[in-house]
Amino acid sequence: MSQARHSTARTFGAHAILITYTVIALFPVFVTVINSFKSRKAIFADPLALPGPATFDLVGYQTVLKQGDFFQYFLNSMSVTVVSLFFVLMFGAMAAFALSEYRFRGNLLMGLYLALGIMIPIRLGTVAILQMMVASGLVNTLTALILVYTAQGLPLAVFILSEFMRNVSADLKNAGRIDGLSEYTIFFRLVLPLVRPAMATVAVFTLIPIWNDLWFPLILAPSEATKTITLGSQVFIGQFVTNWNAVLAALSLAIVPVLVLYLIFSRQLIRGITAGAVK
Amino acid sequence: MGTLNLTKVTKSFGATDVIKGVDLTVNDGEFCVFVGPSGCGKSTLLRMIAGLEDVSSGDVMIDGRRVNDVAPAKREIAMVFQSYALYPHLTVRDNMGLALKQAGVPKAEIAQATDKAAAMLSLDALMERRPAELSGGQRQRVAIGRAIVRRPKLFLFDEPLSNLDAALRVQTRIEIARLHRDLGATMIYVTHDQVEAMTLADRIVVLRAGRVEQVGAPMELYNNPANTFVAGFIGSPQMNFLNGEALGLRAATVGVRPEHLTLDRGAGKLVAKVSHLEKLGGETLVYVVNPTHGLITIRLFGEHEFAVDEEISLNYDENKLFFFDEDGQRLY
Ligand SMILES: Nc1ncnc2c1ncn2[C@@H]1O[C@H](COP(=O)(O)OP(=O)(O)O)[C@@H](O)[C@H]1O
Ligand SMILES: [Mg+2]
Repeated sequence: MSQARHSTARTFGAHAILITYTVIALFPVFVTVINSFKSRKAIFADPLALPGPATFDLVGYQTVLKQGDFFQYFLNSMSVTVVSLFFVLMFGAMAAFALSEYRFRGNLLMGLYLALGIMIPIRLGTVAILQMMVASGLVNTLTALILVYTAQGLPLAVFILSEFMRNVSADLKNAGRIDGLSEYTIFFRLVLPLVRPAMATVAVFTLIPIWNDLWFPLILAPSEATKTITLGSQVFIGQFVTNWNAVLAALSLAIVPVLVLYLIFSRQLIRGITAGAVK
Repeated sequence: MGTLNLTKVTKSFGATDVIKGVDLTVNDGEFCVFVGPSGCGKSTLLRMIAGLEDVSSGDVMIDGRRVNDVAPAKREIAMVFQSYALYPHLTVRDNMGLALKQAGVPKAEIAQATDKAAAMLSLDALMERRPAELSGGQRQRVAIGRAIVRRPKLFLFDEPLSNLDAALRVQTRIEIARLHRDLGATMIYVTHDQVEAMTLADRIVVLRAGRVEQVGAPMELYNNPANTFVAGFIGSPQMNFLNGEALGLRAATVGVRPEHLTLDRGAGKLVAKVSHLEKLGGETLVYVVNPTHGLITIRLFGEHEFAVDEEISLNYDENKLFFFDEDGQRLY
């Protein structure tokens, strides 16, 4: 009885902490979204107020949609994110499988080399990357961004997935080998489904920085045809005047696709986080 | 057909030698059990036979063919694992039929083979379920069924009963013994449990730290152990090892099994104090302590009563003693 009460108190405490964190994390998003529905004057008069009948204004959304290529920017962001994500997951899982499954000379060194990428930000290599893209004629293409983001996402993907793959039963893989499955079949049919929660975790951690990135689109692909949504929103931020309605509307719209992708992965993600608890 | 020959087989992981030269022949139709303490290399040796682990040196021959460089699937073996290792995404039927499907066997033939195996293991009602919907015992039966379907030359078992509870373990053990009789196949079975080894084996291979200590039929090992390790490992409860010189015998160590010690009210050869009593109904185990020989176990038939710290005197038949030298090797 006392134990039950004790755990209720603990559950309550844990939830209080989590709710506080959620509020802190969601606050900027909340402010962005409510202000995107207000007139310019209302935004500055009382930034924290909800849009009311007097302050409600869709001018931001109208500006954004009139801006022409906004749909194109969305499409660019979406293709870059989805394609990069696909490559990160595929190559990351394959490399992780090789590192965790096979004993070969330099295995440990290779693992360390890949893990190094987690600690060294890829932006340090921007100049070299730009030179490379210029030399290969990839400047102002989405391919340039996809290549960079794939490289950026791989270290963490390999690191997390190889840890998970080490925990996949060796007996299961060996049973497959005895039954005559190829290493590819073992990888795709036996191992990948078992690390699906980990894949979802990696997917979420990979996709958000890619979607939000401003740096590489600005440097590698600033042309009108290849602009991403984050870069596209910058047209409203001027040196002297900033169209806050439009900026906030653009940012609010930009949340939607990530939210959709996140919801797709989140069911798996939650399973991945609680994987240890449920055996 | 299914004979296995190992010649000077070794295995090293980097600098550590795990298997240190094993020579062994397993005859067609034999039930051979590898037994030894955990970490002695039993699984490694089995995986080398299966082809899941490369051989560092030496030869592995199945039916006279050197298979060192043959892939596991091509060795005509089947393996049953401790963790069952069923494919989680396939039904019981597909789990059992996968190897044949990979080998390109026609569908009708696969269905026939899986049905036959299912009947042998009474799995018929479970054929359309997935592994997650089965109990531990059922999973292990499916894993055994998957091995049978292949009609392998060699069956390899790696501690298949370790994850089952005691009652199920006995039941599955009997089932495996029956399968061996019915199929007449060659089976190699790894366990750390000497009871499993004694009850199943035609021949036991006792391993210690990557070496074969002794090979023989269960009763051969029980009645004629080559050294203190085998003497201590085979038989339960463990053999008592006494100080030979203190007893006036010409051996460094003298072994006597708990069942060969008798109580002698009065004039025994050894006096000891009772330290603990285990009453199992059919038998009573008495643990006694003697200052020179340490803890001694006595196994008595039926029910007996002793007080802790009671002094009792023990006797033994000289003909039932085992004599060992300083290195633990058997003298006579
Ligand atoms: N892949 C490996 N790398 C390094 N050492 C290993 C590997 N597999 C097994 N070993 C070592 O080999 C020894 C024997 O292992 P194993 O054959 O699993 O023992 P058993 O099955 O008899 O309990 C152990 O000491 C273990 O640490
Ligand atoms: Mg083992």
